[in-house]
Amino acid sequence: MTRTTIDGNEATVHVAHRLSELCAIYPITPSSTMAELADDWSAKGRANIWGTVPTVIEMQSEGGAAGALHGALQGGALSTTFTASQGLLLMIPNMYKIAGELTSAVLHVAARSLAAQGLSIFGDHQDVMAVRQTGFALLSSGSVQEAHDLALVAHAATLRSRIPFVHFFDGFRTSHELNTIDLLDDAVLRAMVPESLVHEHRMRALSPERPFVRGTAQNPDVYFQARETVNPFYAATPGIVQEVMDELAGHTGRAYHLVEYAGHPEAERVVVIMGSGGETTQETVDHLVAQGEKVGVVRIRLYRPFPAEELVAAIPATARVIGVLDRTKEPGSGGEPLYLDVIAALSAAYSEGRIAAMPRVVGGRYGLSSKEFTPGMVAGVYAALAAERPPTGFTVGIVDDVSRTSIDYDPTLVIEDEETLRAVFFGLGSDGTVGANKNTIKILGEDPNRNAQAYFVYDSKKSGGSTVSHLRFGPHPIKAPYLVGSAGFVGCHHFGLLDKLDVLGLARPGGVLLLNAPMPKEEVWDALSAPAQSEILAKGLQLYAIDADSVARGAGLPGRTNTILQTCFFAISGVMPREDAIEAIKKSIRKTYGRRGPEVVRRNEAAVDATLAQLNRIEVPQNVTSQRSPRPVVSQEAPEFVRTVTAAMMSGRGDDLPVSALPVDGTFPSGTTAYEKRRISDIVAQWDPQGCIQCGNCAFVCPHAVLRSKFYDSAALDGAPEGFESAPLNAAGLPQSRYTLQVYTEDCTGCGLCVEACPVHPIPGSTRKAINLSADEDVMERGVTNVGFFESIAQNERARVDFGTVRGAQFLQPLFEFSGACSGCGETPYLKLLSQLFGDRLTVANATGCSSIYGGNLPTTPWTRNAQGRGPAWSNSLFEDNAEFGLGLQIAADVHTRLARERLAMLRDQVGGDLVDAILAAPQIRESELAAQRTRVEELTRRLEGVEGPVAQDLRSVADHLVRRSVWIVGGDGWAYDIGSGGLDHVLASGQNVNILVMDTEVYSNTGGQSSKATPIAAVAKFAAAGKSVAKKDLALQATAYGSVYVARVALGADPQQTLRAFREAESYDGTSLVIAYSHCIAHGIDMSKGLEQQKRAVNSGHWPLMRYDPTIRDRGENPFFLDSPRPTIPLSEYIYKELRYRMLRQTAPEEAERLLGLAQNAVDQRWAVYEEMATRGASQFIPDARKKKS
Amino acid sequence: MTTLTTTYLGLSLRNPLVASASPLSQTTDDVRALADAGVGAVVLYSLFEEQIRQQEVADYELVAMHEDSFGEATSYFPDVDIVAGGATPYLRHLENCAGAVDIPVIGSLNGASLDGWAQCARQMQDAGAAAIEVNPYAVPGDVRVAGASIEQRHVEIVHAVKSAVTIPVAMKLSPFFSATGTMCRELDAAGVDGLVLFNRFLQPDIDIETLTVGPSVTLSSPVESGIARTWIAILRGRVKASLAATTGVETGADVVKYLLAGADVVMTASALMRHGTGYATTLLGELTGWMERKRFASVDEVRGLLALGDGVDAAQYERAGYVAALTHAKDMYGDFLVRS
Repeated sequence: MTRTTIDGNEATVHVAHRLSELCAIYPITPSSTMAELADDWSAKGRANIWGTVPTVIEMQSEGGAAGALHGALQGGALSTTFTASQGLLLMIPNMYKIAGELTSAVLHVAARSLAAQGLSIFGDHQDVMAVRQTGFALLSSGSVQEAHDLALVAHAATLRSRIPFVHFFDGFRTSHELNTIDLLDDAVLRAMVPESLVHEHRMRALSPERPFVRGTAQNPDVYFQARETVNPFYAATPGIVQEVMDELAGHTGRAYHLVEYAGHPEAERVVVIMGSGGETTQETVDHLVAQGEKVGVVRIRLYRPFPAEELVAAIPATARVIGVLDRTKEPGSGGEPLYLDVIAALSAAYSEGRIAAMPRVVGGRYGLSSKEFTPGMVAGVYAALAAERPPTGFTVGIVDDVSRTSIDYDPTLVIEDEETLRAVFFGLGSDGTVGANKNTIKILGEDPNRNAQAYFVYDSKKSGGSTVSHLRFGPHPIKAPYLVGSAGFVGCHHFGLLDKLDVLGLARPGGVLLLNAPMPKEEVWDALSAPAQSEILAKGLQLYAIDADSVARGAGLPGRTNTILQTCFFAISGVMPREDAIEAIKKSIRKTYGRRGPEVVRRNEAAVDATLAQLNRIEVPQNVTSQRSPRPVVSQEAPEFVRTVTAAMMSGRGDDLPVSALPVDGTFPSGTTAYEKRRISDIVAQWDPQGCIQCGNCAFVCPHAVLRSKFYDSAALDGAPEGFESAPLNAAGLPQSRYTLQVYTEDCTGCGLCVEACPVHPIPGSTRKAINLSADEDVMERGVTNVGFFESIAQNERARVDFGTVRGAQFLQPLFEFSGACSGCGETPYLKLLSQLFGDRLTVANATGCSSIYGGNLPTTPWTRNAQGRGPAWSNSLFEDNAEFGLGLQIAADVHTRLARERLAMLRDQVGGDLVDAILAAPQIRESELAAQRTRVEELTRRLEGVEGPVAQDLRSVADHLVRRSVWIVGGDGWAYDIGSGGLDHVLASGQNVNILVMDTEVYSNTGGQSSKATPIAAVAKFAAAGKSVAKKDLALQATAYGSVYVARVALGADPQQTLRAFREAESYDGTSLVIAYSHCIAHGIDMSKGLEQQKRAVNSGHWPLMRYDPTIRDRGENPFFLDSPRPTIPLSEYIYKELRYRMLRQTAPEEAERLLGLAQNAVDQRWAVYEEMATRGASQFIPDARKKKS
Repeated sequence: MTTLTTTYLGLSLRNPLVASASPLSQTTDDVRALADAGVGAVVLYSLFEEQIRQQEVADYELVAMHEDSFGEATSYFPDVDIVAGGATPYLRHLENCAGAVDIPVIGSLNGASLDGWAQCARQMQDAGAAAIEVNPYAVPGDVRVAGASIEQRHVEIVHAVKSAVTIPVAMKLSPFFSATGTMCRELDAAGVDGLVLFNRFLQPDIDIETLTVGPSVTLSSPVESGIARTWIAILRGRVKASLAATTGVETGADVVKYLLAGADVVMTASALMRHGTGYATTLLGELTGWMERKRFASVDEVRGLLALGDGVDAAQYERAGYVAALTHAKDMYGDFLVRS
């Protein structure tokens, strides 16, 4: 038996991979790791227990994965998949088939919320409850060890019962929790899954040697009866599962049951629950029983087929009240599913006389979207059950002040084992805190006498986000699937977090506080805010500090403070002898970083060695000495919703918000990132007004919209704060005008793209540009003051701006700003441009992915509105349906535009013929035309005020459609090339006037770098670790084949003017438009500050030829295909080997890298030849646009 | 019939002209072109261990800075040992070149640590290098480092590399030792198979307009060849190691001079970069022409004819050359210029 410390995903796939011949996979949080590990292990030749390496195939969607799974099963292969949430929903049609055909299979599910009023990546049982009717057995694990063990139970039971299984565990809470477990040996797996069962499974497969037909169409005469044939199999399954569980117990000593009771033998109040919440409930029951309470818990492991008899038998006859807790929500139902199942089981037993009395059964909901479920809440439930009339349909863990469903509980209840030590660490995403803590927990878990647990909480930002690591370790197994509420050790790895999050609230009295403090030890105390000092004194905390960033810089690893602070933890906590701990850390460094190279190891070891000399105990005075208060979370001038609701979420107090605080339908206000002011970077952009040539390049490329330009009459400078910078406007005819490029310093991420884009070296030969990065604190603070004044200057009128040029576009207000995207993101400049050009009439359908996360992940949203209150209307439907969703939005706009025009014509006499004619005849392509139309519609609105009647009423409801709307379907390559490909293709073929923007990062960025069909040949990605060997799909060329689609391929870093032109042409084109935009990405393995340079290389190497295809040109008899970039000037290798995703292959498999490079270069050459030929064809050689032209 | 064959580091070469480490060996086609032009051996461009180490750290940072930072993705790259093969592209190139030509291909190595020197040398041997030229190119900018420790470091490197490989090892040296001869003898005693004399330092230049310091690359010229020629003449017969001359070859005459001084092979990069790879054919033609004109049948007959030779005091040799040079200068430029 091997002990190890791993998470629930790894624990599961550890078994699944050994018991499978095929894994059909598709990435989805939080299950992706299972698929990644399976792929990784197979790529490295790791075999299953029968000595063959499982085949792992990535599909285009979960629907595809389920189809492949179904086929493989019918082909007789032992097959599995890993999924969650929407992915599981996409598998439902195949699940019915697989179950209907009595096919042995296991789906491993990291159970997750479903997208309803909003998407959530976190855990609950909504997804698995949505498949409970498919005929699959459902087996629930409540811990990492269980996930490991019950994975085996599922694989063994499905072969014995022929019923397919969903084995599920709680997303994040179990899938991502590290815990010390005992691994199952191959011998146990072999014993429980004998080859004879495998052979039987194969014999049921399709084979021309023994042909049969499976999958017939059945008619009313027999379908019903045929559906009933499976009943004996379902009836036998619970017994089979228990039999397998008993065998497992025989091998391991770990006994499981379909239904397990724990608690007082004469319990009066019993909770029925499933999943990780059962662990917490059982732990709390032990505590309550010890205090004399007659309570108990029934944990359900097999949920389908529902073990009704076992459930009834498990509940003590003394039970008076049963509380059934569901981690799901079924609006409109008579109760949640587990509750209804329990009622049905008990009612049947009572009515059949198997039990003497019918207990009162109530249902409650808890833990949706990984909402904490703590012992306090469990105790609250038992307290509620003790009431004379216990509530039903209750909720626990929230405050429901609307429907009054929530019950009270004591949030301070701590029942944790005193011998279990608890530590919490606050870090930033990029500083390695989580990684170091994973190492720490593994180091601690290596001691056979110690158990360890770790769980990590991330915030919603991709850049500058914070992480909180919750660690427990001690002599007893740790069954506490909830966050640490009271820690003996609190590490704050970024000083600024003290002011932003409730760091000290988690420290227990007398505990240790370790600060990473960028200052001499003498100044640490005074640098704390007054509330922080006060809490440290009140709790009597021992304060330690180290300038870890300085140590990291000294070791040649700037920003990587992880091993330094890890060393401090071991040194201060004394959990291990100091020397042993340091050696263990170094051993871990060698193990973790050894394959990254000796220099990486050396520098990390040097950091460890330099740490202890810099670690200081800070003497804490008797009194608070600081006058400083933390800055308010948001400005007091922010709207009420932002101050009360958004701010609570921003400061980590979102759990406290009552139901009434939240919108009923998922509708949130736009533009709330403007209030966030995150200050995530110490270096920010600084403008040089003297050197600047006002070209607009920097503002154009800024991914975070922190560079804003205005020109204005010099009189507007009256009252400007000292240090407000401006320059004479560099434009003819406006001699009195000034120009300011304002840096929003608090929102700047210091990505450096602006510096790269700046074409000017004001001092010849100097590396300084007209915009530079500065670490000067004054620059930050001056920026804050200046932004206030800058915003008081009127935004330039769109009519006065030539936004056919990059220079002019800088004066258009971005209506997408300050997103939480990665610093230097390659996608967001395109969205910002979209918002600048068309924002006040823009509707965005956003595919799930990075852009839906930085675009719509609470607490704040970057899509905003202008001074007139207009701005992009944004929505995310799903990952797979975005093209169709956007098309629907466009058709709705078309319908209402047509209706408005009809109603307007009907009201001709009432509102005036001239106006009606002008509105109906108005062209709406140019900005001036749109502005004129807006004025006309405003006039119409005024005239309609006096008009009564249903037609006028109708017109008022749709009159805004008389100004042409701009509907854009946006998303990444995972959507466009893979999961949404069918829908996208259909929309391209629809001929509808809708615009599509594909931000192509050539990889699934959001879920962590999995290969897509946009991934180029020779690149390494997850699921393509050996290098992608199939060429990237040429989506642009495919779209041109329809003849009716405007197509452009752009790269803003290579040719911003071409990008601008393509966006405008696409939008004005009366038909379907597709713009494919090169988007550099962290998953490419590049220095993001050089993203634009890399875009140029992509174009110059011919990897990303810039082109436009404009059907209107063909209609004019000219060649519609424009090749906008020159012939390749550099070989492909010069582009690709600047990126780690390609270098990885060259370093690990040089021969294969050479082979693929040769093929890739050949593909580039061939494509260029095709494009060149197309660019020289006659118009007649292109497919004509056969749509009927609108009159 | 004139024979150009020669022996260098124990390797049989078809002629004594060797393409030294330079950008001219970046691709297999480059190396094939050098072979086609007739050179006797090729020293590949240098593998800089320090660059590999820096790339390792940079790659590590690219991977690490986004790991475990966001709930949806704990990493962005597959779990492969990306840096175990930091030197792989170079080694792969070496392997390809060694397979592409029938002349010896010598790997050039600039290490950063003793372990690194040894490990990289072993990898080069495995990749098919005929020999290794170690190149401890470093300008000791630390003013506290004593000369003796630098010399000791050179000996340690030879020990480290020699103990790691079975193929011959040459060392390319700086001319700036206080006692070059002693240094060479110590290296010889440490077992080095060849001495390559001398390395040139690409010293940064100052731009007086922009007030910046930048890299400066200038090709060598024949005026720089004197010091190497002198030391080769002195060392000939005093060390067991092969002697390679490098720096300042422009014409066949420069090749001849080095051979006369006692070089086993003559290396050039600047001439080939200046005139193209095919210029090697010209140099060899000029060498052959001179030998025919002077009726030398083989390179062996030429080699070391004007070396210092046993029994001659090196100081006197140098002094004699120095005095003769002064006298020559006085004749040309007048007494004043020489004295000043």
